[in-house]
Amino acid sequence: MEPLGIWVAALLTLCIYSFLYRDNPFYRFAEHLFIGLSVGYSIVMAIHQGLIPLAWEPLWAAITGEVPSTGENPRWGFFNLIPICIGLLFFARLSPRHAWLIRYPLAILIGIGSGIEIPNVLQADIFAQIHGTITPFGKIETLSAMELFGAILMIIGVICTLTYFFFSVEHRGAIAGMSKIGIAFLMIGFGSAFGNTVLGRVALLIQRVDFLLNDWLGTLF
Amino acid sequence: MLQKLMNLNRHVIFIFVALAVLIPTLIPMNLPITVPEQTQKLYDYIDALPPGSTIMIAFDYGASSFAELEPMAEAVMKHCLDKGIRVIGVTLMFDAVTLADKLMEKVAKEKGAQYGEDYILLGYRPGGTQVILGMGNEIARVFENDYMGKPLDEIPMMQNIKNYEQIELLLDLASESTVKQWVTYANVKYNLQIAAGVTGVLVSDMFPYLQTGQLVGLMSGFLGASGYEKLINAPGKGKAGINTASLVHLLIIGLVVIGNIAFFVQRLREK
Repeated sequence: MEPLGIWVAALLTLCIYSFLYRDNPFYRFAEHLFIGLSVGYSIVMAIHQGLIPLAWEPLWAAITGEVPSTGENPRWGFFNLIPICIGLLFFARLSPRHAWLIRYPLAILIGIGSGIEIPNVLQADIFAQIHGTITPFGKIETLSAMELFGAILMIIGVICTLTYFFFSVEHRGAIAGMSKIGIAFLMIGFGSAFGNTVLGRVALLIQRVDFLLNDWLGTLF
Repeated sequence: MLQKLMNLNRHVIFIFVALAVLIPTLIPMNLPITVPEQTQKLYDYIDALPPGSTIMIAFDYGASSFAELEPMAEAVMKHCLDKGIRVIGVTLMFDAVTLADKLMEKVAKEKGAQYGEDYILLGYRPGGTQVILGMGNEIARVFENDYMGKPLDEIPMMQNIKNYEQIELLLDLASESTVKQWVTYANVKYNLQIAAGVTGVLVSDMFPYLQTGQLVGLMSGFLGASGYEKLINAPGKGKAGINTASLVHLLIIGLVVIGNIAFFVQRLREK
């Protein structure tokens, strides 16, 4: 079975790379096959790894009275009907007359989502980052020259980049200068991200070439 | 000549890139590998864990990015099994389960590790944030069974592992923004130590978390994988990849430099 899988993967890889020459039926076949398979696979996984273990099995255990492996009262499984029913309201969108019912699951989703997200995101992305930016200056006497340079550069970068996005004052004079430095920091960031993206794409090509030469052609010769 | 360079057919560049990949793949090179500081930190953290500790590896990557991330997973898992550290595999991405299963089985076979005693694969549950938060309370409430369908309470290594309190580190191997989710929820809310292995595209976004200590270590692309392989003295796909990638990068840098020179010279002539 494995040689067959290798052959299928190799031929599909060649079909996809044929796009480098120009658009063609082989490429389109592989592209459509990939999309179809991905959707089918995601549906099957959602059913088997989500719907069945998290919704159906607890409910069935509640109906049959079978004690689950966690040892809790199987009748608790009936509480799963509440989220299941709320979730089913999403399908109200399919009927124009009942479409308004979708507001309830959406309201719950947004409410719970915001409640969970806001404090944690503030801590992870704002407070911790501010703390990390300031902390080096609290132990300035222990920093090496290079570390001190890095800390100062970081402060300049943060202030200037934030200035670029600060539109409550006109960008003239010193503010314009800081804003331009901010743009330079942003450009360096984008350049770094682009360079790393190229690295990622090259990695994919390297892996595929390695597969074609060693796993596929290696089985032939 | 300048005009020819400026209008170079992209197919010529494709051929150059193909050659730059093919030649070192057929004739392997042995370029020196440097270990990035952030990869060294991750290695040191794992290496300092006592035998019997547990780390969780989140295989949050799909087929489109496993080229960069699988060598990292392999290197870290080998290190853990050599040190007697137990590994729990999990994923927030539906298409990663089979990749994770295949890799864990392969490394375990190589190291003579036993499923259920040295490592386990929990599998996938939809929900992302809910899965991370749920496991913080009780892993068995989110994953009643492992990927093979075996109840967690029947698996020996899970007897004393109830939630993140018994896990020393979460390593997220990510091709998307899942590292932020793990940091935001598992680290902030449950104080779980987080490390990351990411594709090159994501690495710039990760450095702020590294600088604040929210990430204990970081591996990025082939560079991170090859560095970790060097540290455990087990060269693999990461080393082979970085050798080839170095040649392609030289080619790309050369093309960018030549393209820019041609552009500026042409502009000067027009003036």
